[in-house]
Amino acid sequence: MSEIGHYSEVWAHRTPRARLLRWMGWLALVALFVWCWQVMTETTIWAFVSDAPRQAADIGSRMWPPRLSYLPELMGPLWDTINIATLGTLGGVIMAVPVAFMAARNTTPSPHILRPIALFIIVASRSINSLIWALLLVAIIGPGLLAGIVAIALRSIGFVGKLLYEAIEETDARQIEAVTATGASAAQVVNYGIVPQIMPAFWGITVFRWDINIRESTILGLVGAGGIGLKLQASLNVLAWPQVTVILLLILATVVLSEWVSARMRHAII
Amino acid sequence: MTTYPSTWRRPPQIVTDRRWRIALQLGILAYLVLAVGSVDVDWARVAAGIERGQRFVLGFLQPDFTSRWKDIAQGLKESLTMTLTSTVVGVAISVPIGIGAARNLAPRWIYYICRSIIAVSRALQEIIIAIFLVAMFGFGPFAGFLTLSFATIGFIAKLLADDIEEIDEAQAEAVRATGASWGQLVNYAVQPQVMPRLIGLSLYRLDINFRESAVIGIVGAGGIGATLNTAIDRYEYDSAGAILLIIIGIVMVAEYGSSYLRKFLQ
Repeated sequence: MSEIGHYSEVWAHRTPRARLLRWMGWLALVALFVWCWQVMTETTIWAFVSDAPRQAADIGSRMWPPRLSYLPELMGPLWDTINIATLGTLGGVIMAVPVAFMAARNTTPSPHILRPIALFIIVASRSINSLIWALLLVAIIGPGLLAGIVAIALRSIGFVGKLLYEAIEETDARQIEAVTATGASAAQVVNYGIVPQIMPAFWGITVFRWDINIRESTILGLVGAGGIGLKLQASLNVLAWPQVTVILLLILATVVLSEWVSARMRHAII
Repeated sequence: MTTYPSTWRRPPQIVTDRRWRIALQLGILAYLVLAVGSVDVDWARVAAGIERGQRFVLGFLQPDFTSRWKDIAQGLKESLTMTLTSTVVGVAISVPIGIGAARNLAPRWIYYICRSIIAVSRALQEIIIAIFLVAMFGFGPFAGFLTLSFATIGFIAKLLADDIEEIDEAQAEAVRATGASWGQLVNYAVQPQVMPRLIGLSLYRLDINFRESAVIGIVGAGGIGATLNTAIDRYEYDSAGAILLIIIGIVMVAEYGSSYLRKFLQ
């Protein structure tokens, strides 16, 4: 930097060395991509791929017009779907709160034993999709709404737990100290020092997760865990495409509505 | 003079009107009664399932990696390659769409077209897209690759467009004042401001795509999800436990790796 022999005619953003390094990085990425592409498409049957536009046109023509008379039959499953999402969120939140308090650095009772366990619960719950939880639970406790509710609850622990423990860690230490200084017990410190600070975050997270859960519970039926997905699976199995269209439109409407409700509620809370 | 209560009670924080609070609580109670009432549970089946649940927990604690290793390795290979290719292609397509969906860079009509592409991609769930793409392109990872690419577009393009709309206009103004063309403006004023975030988002999406690749296999789009589905269908809980542990392990590595990489790149 100290000695500059000559100035370049054209201004360049980076030094030649940095440019070479970046170029190598991109080359490595492209090479990796090409290699992965080849591994991935080893077993692909290209005849099916080239046939896809025709198939798409075929399915499209079968799907239209939607069979609207099917709509009343879907109201029961829709109610089930909403129940799966709501009760699942409730169960997930109830389980997530103690996990969050165990995982937060400032409230954990034992930083070396319970905290890693709580963090593992959060990671495990977050990395396994609710559909996989449902797949397992349908095999274990049988098909039906209960499997869906438990799947949604187990999946929600990680999400709610992670966001809530971050909120607990971000609480203002001075307020907690003030409550402690009055001679409050540990439970009272949590109740009057921490809970009021995380309450808005808590409701925001819960409503947000409920919105996501509505989205996820619409498809849990594909593996037998109840709700509108069961009807989707049944219609797909008999290739009743006009019914599939109706179900997809209904799912879309539900998702948009729940997103609107959750946005309004979060706006009101925060 | 009114008598003051001898103990302090915390005032309600969210719904301050007492009547509303009671109405809300009654409403929630009524909903819960209705909802729980409509869930009919076959308790005999659940009781029978407890034993299976124990076997699953045992399988999770003593995972069996070896006996189905060939299937697991094949599924993993499909999942990982699918994840990488779909992220690269998805991000490559998202960049022009994201630029088009930024109000400060694109003309109105392009803006609306790009925003509607994003809306469609975000509204449909991966698994539903996968069902259709499997029907069109046949079983296997190619359909999964297309599904994940499509889902990536909605995610990256939206966040990129929002990010471009929030750039520091002063820098763009300075570059524009030098007489730069639109391409130079994007390259020298916009790109340096959004690049760190774009890289971070791409890494995050890589992580999400891997998780999703474990799911879309259930409807026939290849990957580790298909292997998992087979293992559960065969009631081989020890193999299923092994697959789940592998998924959790890879997700953890990806999460730590991407946060490290993001720190390194910024």
